[in-house]
Amino acid sequence: MAQSPSGPQTLFDKLWDSHAIVTREDEQTLLWVDRHFVHEGSFHAFNKLKERSAKVSRPDLTFGIADHYVPTRRSGRSIDPAIQNMLDQLERNTSENGVMLFGLNDPRQGIVHVVGPEQGLTLPGLLMVCGDSHTSTHGAFGAWGFGIGASEVAHVLMTQTLWQRKPKRMRISVDGTLAPGIGAKDIALSIIARIGADGAQGHAVEYAGSAIRALSMEGRLTLCNLSIEAGARCGMVAPDETTINYLRGRPFAPKGEYFERAAEDWLRLMSDEDAQFDREIVLDASEIEPVVTWGVSPEDALPITTAVPDPESIPDSGKAAQIRDALAYMDLKPGQKLTDVRIDRVFIGSCTNSRIEDLRAAAKVLSGRKAKVPGLVSPGSSLVKQQAEAEGLDQIFRDAGLEWVESGCSMCVGMNGDIVQPGERCASTTNRNFKGRQGPGARTHLMSPAMVAAAAVTGHLADVRPLIEERS
Amino acid sequence: MQPFQCLTATACPLPYANIDTDQLIPARFMKRSRAEGYGSFLLHDMRFSSDGSEIPGFPLNRPDWRNAQIVVARRNFGAGSSREAAVYALVDYGVRCVVAPSFGDIFASNAVNNGLLPACVGEHDAESLIRLLEADAREITVDLQAQNITTNGVSTPFTVDPVWRMKLLNGWDDIDLTLSQGEAIAQFTANDAKKRPWAVPRTG
Ligand code: SF4
Repeated sequence: MAQSPSGPQTLFDKLWDSHAIVTREDEQTLLWVDRHFVHEGSFHAFNKLKERSAKVSRPDLTFGIADHYVPTRRSGRSIDPAIQNMLDQLERNTSENGVMLFGLNDPRQGIVHVVGPEQGLTLPGLLMVCGDSHTSTHGAFGAWGFGIGASEVAHVLMTQTLWQRKPKRMRISVDGTLAPGIGAKDIALSIIARIGADGAQGHAVEYAGSAIRALSMEGRLTLCNLSIEAGARCGMVAPDETTINYLRGRPFAPKGEYFERAAEDWLRLMSDEDAQFDREIVLDASEIEPVVTWGVSPEDALPITTAVPDPESIPDSGKAAQIRDALAYMDLKPGQKLTDVRIDRVFIGSCTNSRIEDLRAAAKVLSGRKAKVPGLVSPGSSLVKQQAEAEGLDQIFRDAGLEWVESGCSMCVGMNGDIVQPGERCASTTNRNFKGRQGPGARTHLMSPAMVAAAAVTGHLADVRPLIEERS
Repeated sequence: MQPFQCLTATACPLPYANIDTDQLIPARFMKRSRAEGYGSFLLHDMRFSSDGSEIPGFPLNRPDWRNAQIVVARRNFGAGSSREAAVYALVDYGVRCVVAPSFGDIFASNAVNNGLLPACVGEHDAESLIRLLEADAREITVDLQAQNITTNGVSTPFTVDPVWRMKLLNGWDDIDLTLSQGEAIAQFTANDAKKRPWAVPRTG
């Protein structure tokens, strides 16, 4: 919907306007990029730069982070030469261009979407890009973050700008109060199940409503992170006191009176009262249950209290075939109760759910209990790891029988060699249950950290709520 | 970039929804240099079993469709990871056009940047095309100027962002265009430094 510049604007409209450099007749707009993160996969883009004998245009706005390929078991082990090569290329490409790198041995190293917020590199009102689809995460601060491909990475490296067509605006409101044990992951999976993995395609999503306002920054990061799994261009939450309190004192955030002045600007970043959205979705928080995925797309998500769908009862033949295919890959029976699905291992980590609050939620369930299956816990950053150790969470994970390792993308994508074996079933806090995502033939069930902990102690997909109640 | 105008070629039906970029190219192959070519990794785990042998029933392994330059799939093609390697795998295999009812946004723009046409058709039209191709292997014609797909007299319209269409028709690259905007960019940054002094990161 076209809006006059003087009329009521959405938060996204405001971000758009503050970054538009020129708009062509064909409605493509050249946008200014405030932050650009590059990880090991950026070598394709740096090679394009070399072909043109070009240099990074704004090294001060570009930050390198080693995360996708870093080994999570580091001490006393030699690194696979192909992986070492990926790390070396990033080191070379950043140092040759004067770009700061949070490398393997940097105490601030971690997953890009955890480190950015943690370091105060992510701020409200910024346009942030990275060659990684989960860049939507940074929207939690009222920033506009989106993932780009290698050609676009090269374009940003060379010009600090990007051409875009304005996406449509969608508001997803979640009102009411979440029940204990239910969090941002359950909200996000419920939304994706409802609108589909392409339900927000071509849209900039704003999350609003009392349940969203009540979320911590960690929760908002999880929610915005999963926007891309609904196909959205980006997801965002308007800044408020929670945002400002999180940012105060972060290493790269403005300091002192500069911070207070910035905070005034940031708190003005919100959708105007009468702003029009192209699409509105409303959810009732009190109806949200703990959710798990059963299939091979994040849209294949259901409350844990239900059963695997039966393709025979689906009239749409294409949809039925899709379910049949997913059930075959996942080795599940139609109509099988979700709580009857036995698992082989668990993974707690990834940019979706590896922040301190996620680790606390899992540890709360695991404390004093034993996991029936093996599993890996990889904190989202080296600083999160430090914090968790200071709180004694590492000991809870170890006592439960899980492995406590260093930070990185790890088993989210398996690039560093942390994979789920073929045919194995993993309860995972990650974001994609795609075929082969966690390793060839791996079967992934997505859920919240508390739900993964519940699966670990029971050995099957399980409702975390009784396990929490036993504690209180 | 190689322009795309009109292409008549073998089209392979891929009757699957949500073919994500992890399937288009599994992550484990992405350490390779592009110079080695990514074509053999395209849809690797759908095309090959774990011992490396071809899975006979998979469409791209059938003699009729092995040399397809067009593929026709179901909704949400290229969802997921932003890896441009997914497009490299298609392009290096020889694919110049993907026809589907919807595409992952990042995939689609990556495609255009590599001269690969993401042609969007209605869900019914995708189903009819898939059925037609499954019934009898054939060439189809994708005309970007006219924005339609024809085969044996049947014509199906498709949509593509008009800017992407221009880029594909002409083989344009954004970078040169952007570099010509140097003055506008300089003006923007000067104004912006006053409006948003906090937008540049600082330590200390
Ligand atoms: S943790 Fe997973 S989703 Fe997040 S940046 Fe790493 S690979 Fe991407």
